[in-house]
Amino acid sequence: MNKLQGPLWITVVLLLTSSVALLVRAGDLGADDDDDPGPSGPDGLRAGATLYQDLPAPVIPREIRAMPRPKRSYPEQPPVIPHSIRDYQIDINFNTCMTCHSRTQSPRTGSIAASVTHYYNRAGQPLGAVSPRRYFCLQCHVSQHEIDRAVESTFRDMEQLIIEEASQRRGRN
Amino acid sequence: MGIRKTVGDYWTLLNQPAQYLSLGVLTLGGFIAGILFWGGFNTAMEFTNIEQFCISCHEMEVKPYRELKPTIHYTNRSGVRAQCADCHVPHDWTFKVARKMEASKEVWGWIFGTINTHEKFEARRRELAEREWTRLKANDSLECRNCHDFDYMDFTEQSSRARMMHASSLATGEATCIDCHKGIAHRLPDMTGVSAWQ
Ligand code: HEC
Ligand code: HEC
Ligand code: HEC
Ligand code: HEC
Ligand code: HEC
Repeated sequence: MNKLQGPLWITVVLLLTSSVALLVRAGDLGADDDDDPGPSGPDGLRAGATLYQDLPAPVIPREIRAMPRPKRSYPEQPPVIPHSIRDYQIDINFNTCMTCHSRTQSPRTGSIAASVTHYYNRAGQPLGAVSPRRYFCLQCHVSQHEIDRAVESTFRDMEQLIIEEASQRRGRN
Repeated sequence: MGIRKTVGDYWTLLNQPAQYLSLGVLTLGGFIAGILFWGGFNTAMEFTNIEQFCISCHEMEVKPYRELKPTIHYTNRSGVRAQCADCHVPHDWTFKVARKMEASKEVWGWIFGTINTHEKFEARRRELAEREWTRLKANDSLECRNCHDFDYMDFTEQSSRARMMHASSLATGEATCIDCHKGIAHRLPDMTGVSAWQ
């Protein structure tokens, strides 16, 4: 009994100190994690936050049911959809958009017929129905939602550039 | 000979005037029995109107019900919901019984597996949809009008597209709801050849 007592005590003391040390170390690690803000996120959509931070999710915006047709920024821009498209089906069976935007239905429904570019295939050959590459309208046309701009746009359209240049030239003369 | 005799005996018995019951009791009994039968029949019929019953059949749960869920008749800002029976079962009693008798055929189809897979459902969808379109066209979209009454539509609240159509074709009775609002609750089948729908 007596012979064993010495080593036993030593073992107990060693075990205790090492576990305390481990605990302290673990605490340190935790503290490190909390303090480290991580690399900063890309500015813009995630303004102010870093990659490790959880931001509150933004509110899911509401679809605008109807609005005046907005101006296109440039001639080739796919115009945005100025009306609600809730539950509109576009799949192998059916394309709801074309019930109003086809050549035949547009006068009756008061819509603008999808322009002829929608009927050309990529070889420039006009087809009898909407070309497969234009079939999924929402690839290019988007409905509008009640939401603030995430990033301000500095886009200036052609007319603006022409006016600016003209006034500059007038200034020079 | 024997059978005819028994039948004959029963007939004489039933044909005899009641000996021990007063006419009042008889009338009352008949009345109560009638109510019980009528009530039971209607209750049973009401039970088959509950959505849970409709979608206890696998195909109805997987296809029409799940398709209904994201649409406006299942989730909207007002929290008012349409159930299967609201659109598919007439409220008028005679029409209701007629539709139920038709539906018995559908139960048959279910038992014998006429439509028990995704593929079979999709293959028959046009036929099934057309049956509903014909019914709604024939009754001037009665089931829709049970909830949506034209007389109470406020055009100023409607979007311009809706206002334009409702104030013209709908108001004149030229078209009814289902002419323009197909696929309001479920995915549509291949629509080739459906007039005004390409
Ligand atoms: C019920 C008929 C109807 C359906 C279905 C419909 N639209 Fe329209 N759409 C209209 C009408 C009417 C306008 C014109 C709105 C106006 O002048 O204010 C319009 C306008 C547009 C415009 C704007 C055109 C421009 O030159 O500004 C686009 C783009 C458009 N729709 C795309 C779509 C897409 C994509 C779908 C399918 C998801 C669709 N529409 C379904 C009736 C419809
Ligand atoms: C690959 C992109 C793309 C797809 C897909 C597409 N569009 Fe367009 N759409 C455009 C562009 C670009 C314009 C503007 C230039 C033009 O008219 O070609 C346009 C114009 C329109 C216009 C206005 C036409 C006019 O004369 O002012 C309508 C309406 C329209 N599209 C409807 C549709 C519908 C409906 C579909 C689906 C069947 C569809 N688009 C699919 C790119 C697309
Ligand atoms: C149980 C009542 C009920 C029945 C039956 C019913 N609806 Fe509705 N419907 C509603 C409610 C509630 C809304 C959503 C109103 C809201 O919150 O804007 C709605 C919305 C609609 C909308 C608007 C869709 C949109 O995207 O804004 C259309 C179209 C519609 N119903 C057509 C129909 C048609 C067609 C039928 C018949 C096949 C029908 N309804 C049967 C209650 C009903
Ligand atoms: C001539 C075609 C036509 C008929 C008939 C018609 N509608 Fe509509 N309805 C439309 C169009 C087009 C819209 C707007 C596009 C959309 O919501 O898809 C619309 C929109 C609606 C809306 C949404 C209102 C809004 O502000 O957008 C409701 C609800 C509705 N219809 C109910 C009915 C009911 C109920 C009937 C039958 C009593 C009916 N409609 C008959 C064409 C029609
Ligand atoms: C708002 C009305 C409405 C509600 C609610 C509704 N349906 Fe329908 N249903 C229709 C219309 C209209 C059709 C005709 C086809 C079409 O236009 O989509 C139809 C068609 C069907 C079909 C034929 C196949 C098809 O997809 O066209 C089945 C099966 C069906 N409904 C089952 C159900 C079941 C089950 C429910 C309840 C979970 C339900 N429906 C709820 C309006 C409704």
